[in-house]
Amino acid sequence: MEYFLQQLINGITLGSIYGLIAIGYTMVYGIIGMINFAHGDIFMVGSFIALIVITALGITVASGAGVIIAALILVLICAMLISSAYGWTLERLAYRPLRGSFRLAPLITAIGVSIVLQNYIQIAQGARVKPLQPIITGGHTIMKRVDEAGEFVVQISNIQILIIVTTLVLMGIFSLIIAKTSLGRAQRACEQDRKMASLLGINVDRTISTTFVMGAALAAVAGLMFLLYYGVIDFFIGFVAGVKAFTAAVLGGIGSLPGAMLGGLVIGLIETFWSAYFSVEYKDVAAFAMLAIVLIFLPQGLLGKPEVEKV
Amino acid sequence: MLKLFYGKIQALRGVSLDVYEGEIVTLIGANGAGKSTLMMTICGDPRASSGQIIYKGEDITHVPTHEIMRRDIAQSPEGRRIFPRMTVQENLLMGAAVTDQTHLEEDFARVFELFPRLKERREQRGGTLSGGEQQMLAIGRALMARPKLLLLDEPSLGLAPLVVKQIFDVIKELNEKEGLTVFLVEQNAYHALKLAHKGHVVVNGAITMSGTGKELLAKEEVRAAYLEGGAH
Repeated sequence: MEYFLQQLINGITLGSIYGLIAIGYTMVYGIIGMINFAHGDIFMVGSFIALIVITALGITVASGAGVIIAALILVLICAMLISSAYGWTLERLAYRPLRGSFRLAPLITAIGVSIVLQNYIQIAQGARVKPLQPIITGGHTIMKRVDEAGEFVVQISNIQILIIVTTLVLMGIFSLIIAKTSLGRAQRACEQDRKMASLLGINVDRTISTTFVMGAALAAVAGLMFLLYYGVIDFFIGFVAGVKAFTAAVLGGIGSLPGAMLGGLVIGLIETFWSAYFSVEYKDVAAFAMLAIVLIFLPQGLLGKPEVEKV
Repeated sequence: MLKLFYGKIQALRGVSLDVYEGEIVTLIGANGAGKSTLMMTICGDPRASSGQIIYKGEDITHVPTHEIMRRDIAQSPEGRRIFPRMTVQENLLMGAAVTDQTHLEEDFARVFELFPRLKERREQRGGTLSGGEQQMLAIGRALMARPKLLLLDEPSLGLAPLVVKQIFDVIKELNEKEGLTVFLVEQNAYHALKLAHKGHVVVNGAITMSGTGKELLAKEEVRAAYLEGGAH
């Protein structure tokens, strides 16, 4: 029971990170019907920016809670801004010129962009893994059991709390933006009928750019969280995390924001529980098998919308 | 003379017409004559292959669509193009995207007064409305933009005669009371010509006949081709 609880907490944490990345996939897919395969690499770039800023600020675990919190907020803002700039530039340079061409062109370009970003970071930052000393330490014991086999403690660490809370807050904010603001309405309008959106005076190109920027900002948050949680990053983390988050987005129903969050959670939990009870080596197999099963029986994903439109 | 090609197919072969302020001008013609193409070309999507579109003395032929629509032009397009997964209210709000949103309540009230049905369906998704309701929503959405020039593409298509009459009454009322300029594309020639100050007949991407609404209604060719079921 204790073991299960502990894995549940770990799974939710991992799922939160996947969910944050998955939103970027799902939003971009929703609006231009394209899988942005470079999105995972934006996440990787975000984590590198975070690492660079943390190192530059020189914060360590000894800096004191107040300083750490202030510094991390600064790191977060820097990572979000710079990653957004990357996202915006990519859309501008690589995807916009291809709009209106055949469907595969931007997809292939996205894979190319992904390779470019990976190699760029590999050259700029080196191929070796970059470690970061833990900055946020400590945690809370939720449950403790002592028996003849020894002691078992269920813990939620402060960093896990930080990740889960940040994710919840950001998802809340973004859902509100999409549901209630004129920007969100414009995004949904472009998603449902781009031509009509422009007939209503919506600058479709700019709305698409904004979508890329929002997705990149969330990926940067995930990048920072990943860095703080695992303490090591390299130029290749974007690929694996990206594929997982993409799986999460498809699992939840691509195009659906709550679906991306749910999908992220499901993938995170499956991976964690599979590693905990079966074998770590096959955790990816478990996650992707789940995707295959869902797609066979529920092709639109868990929360995807079946197309019921009257024309 | 406006011309437009879809690839090698010429959809508009030199169309020239004027719409003056406060007028209702209608364009009638059969399916595939180029009516809707002309309507969309005015809005810059697709772009005219040659020729000019002048609005209020300004050449807007190459202005981006979303900027054209910010110049007090609104369109209720072919096929209505309601956002299916947005509520009626949100669809109307999208119409108001070009305004400064300071008189939203007033505009909502106006649309709901014209189409009380929409008020009942306010929270319902656009995709679940009936055809007639969607048409009302499309016109209501266009009106939310507070246009000076309203482009209406086949507002009567597929609607019950009673609803058609209701919609044409609304157009007439807006024109008379508020001086709204209307450019109306129709297959339903009788209603459109009765309503319009001026009319044009378009055949295969070119205008073949022009005149006041009454004149065209009286013409034998028009009657034969577009009124007395002559097309069939």
